[in-house]
Amino acid sequence: MFYREAGDFKTSYAEDNQTFPIKFDRYRYYVVLVLAFAVVPFIINDYWVNAVFLPFLIYSIAAIGLNILVGYCGQVSLGSGGFMAVGAYACYKLMTSFPDVNIAIHVMLAGAITAAVGVLFGLPSLRIKGFYLAVATLAAQFFLVWLFNRVPWFYNYSASGQISAPERTVFGIPVTGAETAPWAAYLFCLVFAVASALIARNLTRGMIGRKWMAIRDMDIAAEIIGVNPLKAKLSAFAVSSFFIGIAGALFFAIYLGAIEVGEAFGINKSFLLLFMVIIGGLGSIFGSFAGAAFLVLLPVLLKNLLVVGLEWPTDLATHLEFIIVGGLIILFLVAEPHGLAQLWRVAKEKLRLWPFPH
Amino acid sequence: MLDTAEGYVTEDGRKIGGVVMEMKNITLRFGGVVAIQDISFDIRQGEIRAIIGPNGAGKSSMLNVISGFYNPQEGEVWYQGAKRPAMKPYEVAQQGIARTFQNIALFEGMSVLDNVMTGRIRQMSAGMVAQAIWKGKAEREEIKNREAVEKVIDFLEIQSIRKTPVGRLPYGLKKRVELARALAAEPSILLLDEPMAGMNVEEKEDMSRFILDVNDEFGTTIALIEHDMGVVMDLSDRVVVMDYGKKIGDGSPDEVRGNQAVIDAYLGVAHD
Repeated sequence: MFYREAGDFKTSYAEDNQTFPIKFDRYRYYVVLVLAFAVVPFIINDYWVNAVFLPFLIYSIAAIGLNILVGYCGQVSLGSGGFMAVGAYACYKLMTSFPDVNIAIHVMLAGAITAAVGVLFGLPSLRIKGFYLAVATLAAQFFLVWLFNRVPWFYNYSASGQISAPERTVFGIPVTGAETAPWAAYLFCLVFAVASALIARNLTRGMIGRKWMAIRDMDIAAEIIGVNPLKAKLSAFAVSSFFIGIAGALFFAIYLGAIEVGEAFGINKSFLLLFMVIIGGLGSIFGSFAGAAFLVLLPVLLKNLLVVGLEWPTDLATHLEFIIVGGLIILFLVAEPHGLAQLWRVAKEKLRLWPFPH
Repeated sequence: MLDTAEGYVTEDGRKIGGVVMEMKNITLRFGGVVAIQDISFDIRQGEIRAIIGPNGAGKSSMLNVISGFYNPQEGEVWYQGAKRPAMKPYEVAQQGIARTFQNIALFEGMSVLDNVMTGRIRQMSAGMVAQAIWKGKAEREEIKNREAVEKVIDFLEIQSIRKTPVGRLPYGLKKRVELARALAAEPSILLLDEPMAGMNVEEKEDMSRFILDVNDEFGTTIALIEHDMGVVMDLSDRVVVMDYGKKIGDGSPDEVRGNQAVIDAYLGVAHD
């Protein structure tokens, strides 16, 4: 009823190019933003932040990064856990080496360092494709985790081999360390998540995004119409790793506070991110959020339902949770291989015409 | 040296300029197979130049040499009065040579508009940071090039499908979108590899009209490969005929039609 293009005329290409061409979408987006920034911080507690919002926001950033590489540029990567580790350790080294610099700058610098590492490990993509590239990026995963485990310089020679985030503040309010208020951590991550989504959206709707998609859809044709495959692929690796690095830095500094690299950024993390991207929808920014939400929220929801609601023993609930999430993933991919984003698109297309079928 | 000054006027009054591209003694081998053997010909400014020949004659290989996809073992490619060094295909594209493919090579996951916009790569240079914040040069460039692309979309009459994903389109329209993508580049030479393959008569008529209009309105130089002899003879100003990698004829459609070697290649010749 309200979801209509009719009567909403565009008179300039700038209007036609905007992210949400339909009025209803636009307002919904503003409402979500206002809710996220102005309402949620006042009503959330420690549990909600740590169990739901922080992992959701941080994984969303990482999923956006991986989606740019896999979904937009078509280069499969299993190294994202390793790249998150680069972000985390870069952030840690920066935080401890330059304690006076603002943490937000450290997080962005960590992203930039990860981008450089990503480009390095993206070099094989110029020669190999598909599954073979995925295997090559596995090397990044294992090498990076090994590196951070074995070279004591990275964890400042601490006895445990762990790294833990010292307290840092933004505008005088602590966002890392034990004193952090839940809302501060939440807002800090939210700013990064929103900025990442905006940047990713702008890149993917512009020329660079078209180059990535051209490489994804048909690399030979892309080269013949003038896409430099070297630049396109490496820029995708750089941008993707930038976001993943930021996510890794936030994951370490804000969310967990202290990590051990093999545990936090193992191969499981790479797979988790890849699942998020596939379930959410390849080649969609919204899909990255949807995939992260699905894989973060579903376990929390199930746990609450089984343990709190039905009062089952925790261990039984945990195992059942694995089975249910796994089953849902399979069911879901059979029903809609293009992910949540595609369901969303189809729903929107139907809504536009509703109540008429055509 | 290249003779760029001289030109001629066609029967229908179009002015054909000097030579823009000259192939000199091109030989292309794949291992022991000689795909192109010692072929020379030129393409003049503003003309429609056809390359014809039976299957396997090396026509597509020739087009691939022009677009930089293959580098010939022997011979030189002269473009706009200078010898072209060995180049990557994307560098050739940057020089203003656009092409379409025998088997459609569109980007299936993108909309028609995005596909045609990819043709504008040569004209867009905003940096990554500018594109990330979508302000200043990036936004201006996007809108300016969108205007140019809309003209091409308008010209080829595909306005109604501009936001449709290419994967959903029927074959004939895909061919047209591919032509639009090549045209959007504002190429100095447009290469068409069998633009009418697999089309019915009406679609062929449409496509012929578009090719003539492109040449007429934008003055675009066109080199095309086509199997439909009626189309080739009607459209083209000059024709190169190839057979088994060799050039067996070159000249106006009428000359080629009367050439005994060409007739033999197409109709076969009695061996006694």
